[in-house]
Amino acid sequence: MIDKRVRSVAEALSGIHDGATVLVGGFGAVGQANILIEGLIEHGARDLTVVANNAGYGRVGLARLLEVGRVRKLICSFPRIVGSTIFETLYKAGRIELELVPQGTLAERMRAASAGIPAFFTATGAGTQLAEGKETREIDGRTYVLEQALPGDVAIVEAWRADRWGNLTYRSSGRNFNPVMAAAGKLTVVQTQHMVELGEIDPETVVTPGIFVDRVLHVPYGDPTG
Amino acid sequence: MSQQFTPLTRPQMAGQVAEAIPSGWYVNLGIGIPTLVADQVPAGREVIFHSENGILGMGPAPAAGAIDPWLINAGKQHITLRTGGSFFHHADSFAMIRGGHLDLCVLGAFEVAENGDIANWATSVQDTAPAVGGAMDLAVGAKRLWVVMEHQTKDGRPRIVKRCSYPLTAMAAVSRIYTNLAVIDVTPEGLRVAGMIDGLDFAELQNRTEAELIRA
Repeated sequence: MIDKRVRSVAEALSGIHDGATVLVGGFGAVGQANILIEGLIEHGARDLTVVANNAGYGRVGLARLLEVGRVRKLICSFPRIVGSTIFETLYKAGRIELELVPQGTLAERMRAASAGIPAFFTATGAGTQLAEGKETREIDGRTYVLEQALPGDVAIVEAWRADRWGNLTYRSSGRNFNPVMAAAGKLTVVQTQHMVELGEIDPETVVTPGIFVDRVLHVPYGDPTG
Repeated sequence: MSQQFTPLTRPQMAGQVAEAIPSGWYVNLGIGIPTLVADQVPAGREVIFHSENGILGMGPAPAAGAIDPWLINAGKQHITLRTGGSFFHHADSFAMIRGGHLDLCVLGAFEVAENGDIANWATSVQDTAPAVGGAMDLAVGAKRLWVVMEHQTKDGRPRIVKRCSYPLTAMAAVSRIYTNLAVIDVTPEGLRVAGMIDGLDFAELQNRTEAELIRA
């Protein structure tokens, strides 16, 4: 019997190694798997590269992981937000690397990774600082930038409902990067608000099919905080 | 030469943009003045607003006490969803943007150059971490890019320039500029003035603009 359910944060995160690239879902505070992210602190992995749209809020979740110094590099589109003071402090002190990526390129680099596409051309960023040093090509008179796929060793996502096969649905704007990252992670770990029986999720409404998911932990976290 | 004119307020600038958006358009609004556009679309005109974080059919801010903590826009503000709205993931959301499916994007800017270059994500003197969000995707991807901004900086420097001095967001992307003084179209011939506020004459507008303007 396939059963991807795990019973503890430690079990959910086992095997994540130092230096791993960790894709962290969520947009702002919505749809971010804070319990699993904070679980990485107890887990102990260091030197992480974190891929996330923002740099965390207040002192929970990603902000705490940054604060305790486990993250070497952040790949991010918008780290500068009211409440992301921990990142700001680390950045000014030169204690964290930042790779700034346009938001759509960030999403597409992970989508490409999930689909076996090693790189792709996009018009986004052409002629700007963020394309410096990158290969460009003219196609039909327009300049495009070559961007590399961005796979994760691990993806940490938050779902609304999950079953033991790892089929997932999301809630409202909590969907955001989560399905993209779930598909781009070699190991995809899910924190779900609701665990349901197989068959309870209408096949027509499954957003992330279980093939992309490895482990599911039931965490009735409640509304987004931060 | 003292002229009698009153520059538009930010809501008035947003109102001009809203007035120009036809029914049926899919539109993404950037943060700042562009956000004010949504509230000023004339009643009964169906315009569908897109938000980068996976929303079509974004509605106005919720009434106090009716906040859905799961429903935010790209500026992380609480919003509502209109009847007929939909949710989707980030790669689909940016496929809409980058694939040319949006009829219009309205962004704020620091500078716009005479060829339509836009600089709106970073100033050259920066003591904080840089942030770009979806601006570069929106600027190149939407069918049209309109900029709404003050005509000059607070200390009186022109924002409509020959060449941007700040880091570019996108090359030759802007098609129309709405300022507190004028509406200006970016055309192959140059910057064509489509309208000015009452009491302002062309010479004075040119005086406040570094790039050369073409009289309508």
